[in-house]
Amino acid sequence: MALLSQPDGVIRPRINRKPSALLALSVPWLTIMVASLMPGWMLIASAPVLPPLGFLVFIAWRQLRLGLLPVWAGLPLGLFDDLFSGQPFGTAVLLWSISAIVLDVVEARLPWRNFLTEWLVAVGLIIAYIVLCLGISNIAGASTPLRVIGPQLVISVFFYPLVGRLVAIADRFRLRPFVLIR
Amino acid sequence: MAPPSNRRSGFSRRAQYTTFFSYAAGVAGALVGLVLLAIAIFSPGAFSVLNSVAADATEPAAQASAGGRSAGKNAFATISGFFQSGSEHARVARELAEAKVRLVEAQAIKDENRRLKQLLDLDEGDAQPVAFARLVASTGTSTRRFATLGAGADRGVTKGMPVRSPMGLVGRVLEVGSSSSRVLLITDTESLVPVRRAKDGVAAFAQGQGDGTIRVRLVNLGLNPLRKGDVMVTTGSGGLYRPGTPMAIVTKLLRDGAIARVLSNPSDTDFVIVERAWSPPPPPPPAVPQAGS
Repeated sequence: MALLSQPDGVIRPRINRKPSALLALSVPWLTIMVASLMPGWMLIASAPVLPPLGFLVFIAWRQLRLGLLPVWAGLPLGLFDDLFSGQPFGTAVLLWSISAIVLDVVEARLPWRNFLTEWLVAVGLIIAYIVLCLGISNIAGASTPLRVIGPQLVISVFFYPLVGRLVAIADRFRLRPFVLIR
Repeated sequence: MAPPSNRRSGFSRRAQYTTFFSYAAGVAGALVGLVLLAIAIFSPGAFSVLNSVAADATEPAAQASAGGRSAGKNAFATISGFFQSGSEHARVARELAEAKVRLVEAQAIKDENRRLKQLLDLDEGDAQPVAFARLVASTGTSTRRFATLGAGADRGVTKGMPVRSPMGLVGRVLEVGSSSSRVLLITDTESLVPVRRAKDGVAAFAQGQGDGTIRVRLVNLGLNPLRKGDVMVTTGSGGLYRPGTPMAIVTKLLRDGAIARVLSNPSDTDFVIVERAWSPPPPPPPAVPQAGS
């Protein structure tokens, strides 16, 4: 951050500055939307191998800052994800909304948090999400066996802590004070 | 540490209502999702317009990332080629010498084929490709196997056209947008292609399995004549896929068929070819009964 705030070697004062309200509000939404788009562009996959990045970032934002995204954020963000995910339309809207509510309930019951408990909660949600996605697309006409999603489950579970770190970086960027207070 | 419990809205009616309505909106979101899902399941084409508009909107960015992807692959190929160039060069020179002989033979066979077809008055139909384009995106997170093609109605692509690479069949066009279209890859579990063994025409169906392999189901059950390394090509029966397009190579035998590997791995193909949907030649007109006989 220190490097970011002094690109030309001149030490800029951090006082008298505040974060941009626009950035503070829009960064979570934008990062989740970009994360929904990203896996499609990385490779032309012939098997489901990439983690559902949009969902991971959505969960990570909710775990990092409960209440920053409203409970109903799963509706618009899931709608966007459904446009590109290839799942039957509405899958992400339903599952993201439910997981937001579930996460709220879990946080209320389990106020003590550390890395392990957060990861375990997220792992439960991720596994449920991927398996339910498979079930929903099978109801809608596909007939994919359960073993196909094995690699994806492992990759997603171990990828999640990294996503959490990236979201934390995005959060620091979001609250960087650089707008001059007049 | 335990976060401060800031859920209590206290005596403020405004805060109480805000909490209540946000949770109510969350539940309503889940219900909306359920309704959308029911619509998508019972009328599968209902949201295809939305999908193609979204694909069109992101198509330039996807094109750029596809360019970057192929550039990265080329860079890796260059680096690995630098280390293997000697042995590779010798092998390629040997293969080229063999291939030149085969090419002359193939040319002769092609000429003969053309002459015989002229003799029989067979019409080949229009084999000209419709478009060359990149596969720009795919559904890498879903169990469904769709890819987005960087060409749409603007370049003459229509629904149902087969998509292939120089190596073999890739899939068929499912939805068409103005500058992009959605392709159902042959590895999807809903893709079912009639195939035959290239060398003797044992008939079978090839169904995707969702994990990059293909399940070959024989039409005639009983003794399994397939062997490892057999190449399956399309038959063209039922139209759509041009007969003789190479598709998959058998890697593992099963009791009533085989598991096959796709010949044209879509992640390795840079450009794909969109062909006109093939329609089988019409059956000969029924013989007119002779008057008075």
